[in-house]
Amino acid sequence: MLKQESYILIAFGIFAGIIGAVYWFWGHEDSGGVMLVGAILLGLMPGLYYYYWYRRSGGQRPEDRPDATVADGAGTVDAFPSTSIWPFVLGSGCFFFVLALVFGIWLLVPGLSLVLAAFIGATAESRRGGSV
Amino acid sequence: MTDLIERHDIESSDDHGDHGVSHHDHHGPSGLLKWLTSTDHKVIGINYTVTSVLMLILGGALAEIIRAQLVSPTSTLVSFAQYNQLFTMHGSIMIYLFAGPFAFAGLANYMVPLQIGAPDMAFPRLNALSYWLYLGGTISMVLGFFATGGPAAFGWVGYAPLTSAVNAPGVGPDLWIGALMLTGFSAIFSGVNLVATIFYLRAPGMTLFRMPIFTWNMLVTGLLILLAFPVLTAALVMLYCDRHFGTHIFEVQGGGVPILWQHMFWFWGHPEVYILALPFFGMVSEVIPVFSKKPMFGYKGMVFATMTIAALSLGVWAHHMFTTGAVLLPFFSIMSLLIAVPTGIKIFNWIGTMWKGQVEYTSSMLFAIGFVITFLIGGITGIYLASPPLDFFTHDTYFVVAHFHSVVMALVIGAMAGIYFWGPKITGYKLHEGWGKAQFWFLFIGTQVFTFPGYWLGLKGMARRMAVYPNNPSWQTLNDWSTIGAIMIGISTLFFIINLLVSWRKPIPAGDNPWDANALEWFTTSPPPHHNFLSLPPVRSERPTWDYYHPEHPALGHGDHVSGHAEQKVSN
Amino acid sequence: MTSRRAALLAVIAPLVLAGCQLPSFGAYHGITKGGTQSYELWQGFSVIAAVVGGGTFLLILWAALRYRRRGDTIPRQTQYNVPLEVIYTIVPILIVIGLFAATVVVENQVLSEPTPKATVNITAFQWGWKFVYPGENVVVIGQTTQNPTMVVPEGVNVKMNLVSSDVVHGFYVPALNFSRFAQPGLNNTFTFNFDKTGTFKGQCTQLCGLYHSLMYFQLQVVTPTQYRTWLKANALTPAQAAAAAAASANQINAGIPVKPAQTSYGVN
Repeated sequence: MLKQESYILIAFGIFAGIIGAVYWFWGHEDSGGVMLVGAILLGLMPGLYYYYWYRRSGGQRPEDRPDATVADGAGTVDAFPSTSIWPFVLGSGCFFFVLALVFGIWLLVPGLSLVLAAFIGATAESRRGGSV
Repeated sequence: MTDLIERHDIESSDDHGDHGVSHHDHHGPSGLLKWLTSTDHKVIGINYTVTSVLMLILGGALAEIIRAQLVSPTSTLVSFAQYNQLFTMHGSIMIYLFAGPFAFAGLANYMVPLQIGAPDMAFPRLNALSYWLYLGGTISMVLGFFATGGPAAFGWVGYAPLTSAVNAPGVGPDLWIGALMLTGFSAIFSGVNLVATIFYLRAPGMTLFRMPIFTWNMLVTGLLILLAFPVLTAALVMLYCDRHFGTHIFEVQGGGVPILWQHMFWFWGHPEVYILALPFFGMVSEVIPVFSKKPMFGYKGMVFATMTIAALSLGVWAHHMFTTGAVLLPFFSIMSLLIAVPTGIKIFNWIGTMWKGQVEYTSSMLFAIGFVITFLIGGITGIYLASPPLDFFTHDTYFVVAHFHSVVMALVIGAMAGIYFWGPKITGYKLHEGWGKAQFWFLFIGTQVFTFPGYWLGLKGMARRMAVYPNNPSWQTLNDWSTIGAIMIGISTLFFIINLLVSWRKPIPAGDNPWDANALEWFTTSPPPHHNFLSLPPVRSERPTWDYYHPEHPALGHGDHVSGHAEQKVSN
Repeated sequence: MTSRRAALLAVIAPLVLAGCQLPSFGAYHGITKGGTQSYELWQGFSVIAAVVGGGTFLLILWAALRYRRRGDTIPRQTQYNVPLEVIYTIVPILIVIGLFAATVVVENQVLSEPTPKATVNITAFQWGWKFVYPGENVVVIGQTTQNPTMVVPEGVNVKMNLVSSDVVHGFYVPALNFSRFAQPGLNNTFTFNFDKTGTFKGQCTQLCGLYHSLMYFQLQVVTPTQYRTWLKANALTPAQAAAAAAASANQINAGIPVKPAQTSYGVN
């Protein structure tokens, strides 16, 4: 599973490494060098993680096999939430948080309250099996 | 509420035609509460699309005021301060609030799960959070107009130290920073969601190299978002600290380095250009094969071209900084020039798709062809800018303005191709073709009339962001032509709104697969049921729906010579 | 000359030779050696852009018009043509390498900094320019309504040091085919050898705040003799010159005794 996916990410990381090396040894410029290290990590961290799971599981998912039929992947895909109020609450909290950065610290009161409520609410929602 | 999603194969489900009756009967909330609580990728996708198109109209209105100011060398329609605010907000709204969100969160949110046969995005609640953050960012940005001292006025790039507390006092710039932080996080979450969805929720048989080009481009876009947006958000935090907490990261006075802002901004900014462009490349790559009745020519080359663009975009940021005198010119020059190669491959692949096809001039296809032509102009003029000696005398002039307006207007045209193509899937009704074609011609011709004088003005020496040009009255004629183009674009937007009203008043039912199209989204109903698919066809190529309806017309590999089928009638 | 340089010149030579008869494609001819080479590079790029872009445009039109829908038959479902795809990958790469080689040659000319005979220190500020002639006791300052003129000699190497005292500005003279950011805390140097006398318009290209639109200056290229005369006529006392060179924008408004150059055109 996730073989090609991991290759894409690793290739991205390696390419970033090449670009980063050329840039660093040619240009000696710090900020770009640091940001390219970030790009290398962006490719290699998830890529190697996926590669590890590919080597460990070795198997192929139905979506990795060109000859898989729908029946091979039949059954439960996963549980998906169909409604939840908490993203809205969390988003509003973040909005107030930004308004606090602009207009004054007192707006952190509604901001943090909403964020906290959303954390609690979303966690409880997941524990109860997602029923709002 | 949580739904356990089961997957059914087309043979074992009741009947393919029986889409109307859903066994997922939903008794969820309705009305406003439904809108606030929905985690359905389709609802969120529509929210994004509607909000971002409203922002397109708002940003376009600002552009019309800008162009009206420039009709004469000493116009006093707006003051200098207002002019600076106008182009700042025009650029910010178009880039941060329209083009990006429309591309990677609007239609992508709606279409990516459908194209890979998934019931929803991988993280539906995170997806909803993305939208609310984006909406918060939109409100913050627009609030700037009502702020004391007006909105931000330092250009959408906000070069330090013009953004410092001394040079840009007031709450307007802070609202701009806040808006960008919110939309930045929104984009990061969308990126995570896109990548995870595409990695984990594909239908059986949908290997990576059977994904539609649009989905491929969204995967690469998602990776680029994860690469780029954290850098911008970090830079914004630094900027906020400079303004309010007494740090001097971007200020010389305390030992800071102003040019660091440019490095960070463009390390986000140039991948951002591809974050904006790749989704529209994808949309056009869906539209052109369908209306040419042929598979995407050079599918694998197309995928590799997309990946090459993304990879090269790591090393091109400082081509925006050639005139700083502080960057490695040859490195960024060759990297930027090389981007032309995969972009060229894409254009040739689109031509190859139409070649010997049956090109049908629907509105959507006209927009797609218009996109390719306009993008070609923007791309060719971009090659000049990748050469430092040529960039030296065109940088920050109208040549650059015209160049990137050719590019982004191509994206707007591509967005229209996507809306006319997928509108029937989203609403169940087609948009009116006549109004669509009128819109196309005004938008396409208007774009060229608008940009071409710009190239010329730039070469004559007209700098960007000038409210007046009293020393060069001879520039007036070209500016007036540019304004005429802008007015034509404005008229095309009116046609679009009229078309929406007309299509709403006199609906034309579309059916499941009105265009005899290729990808999986056309296999389900229009609009799709909750969680998208009652059954799935086998996936044997990147065109599962086509293969299902036209089993006798598979795509031919290189050197394949299947004869005897070429003359059969379209069977729908 | 190394063989590598020779090879690069071989690439650019046809472009340069052809440049003599080509149209200008809208650009200025340049008044320095670097500017002229930039102009010829511009012509070369334009020829290639016209051929490649025009050809591609015609291909798009041909494909769209020639193969418009004429019936209900399903066309051959061709998806790959590997030789064709390889060709349109390799050919653009070759073109790009050629463009890059030409770019490097011209870039080296534009950025070359031979030993200067004269120096001008340029400081950009909100919203004007200050030109200091070190060792000559001459300072020219002007802003918005009173644009300064930078006087430079023809035919000798003139070095310019460019810096900003506040935000980022752009030093741009269209006729020179050159611009450069004036940045706070970062000194930029470049050298010109003007081969034409005359007065040329210059302006700020990078948004720098409220009066960005009015931040003009002029570049006046004169013969070396005229240059010496001009320097003498405008010389201040050393004390005045030192004060003026150190003056900030606010002090200019407060009336530091400098002699601003007269402008041939005003604003308002």
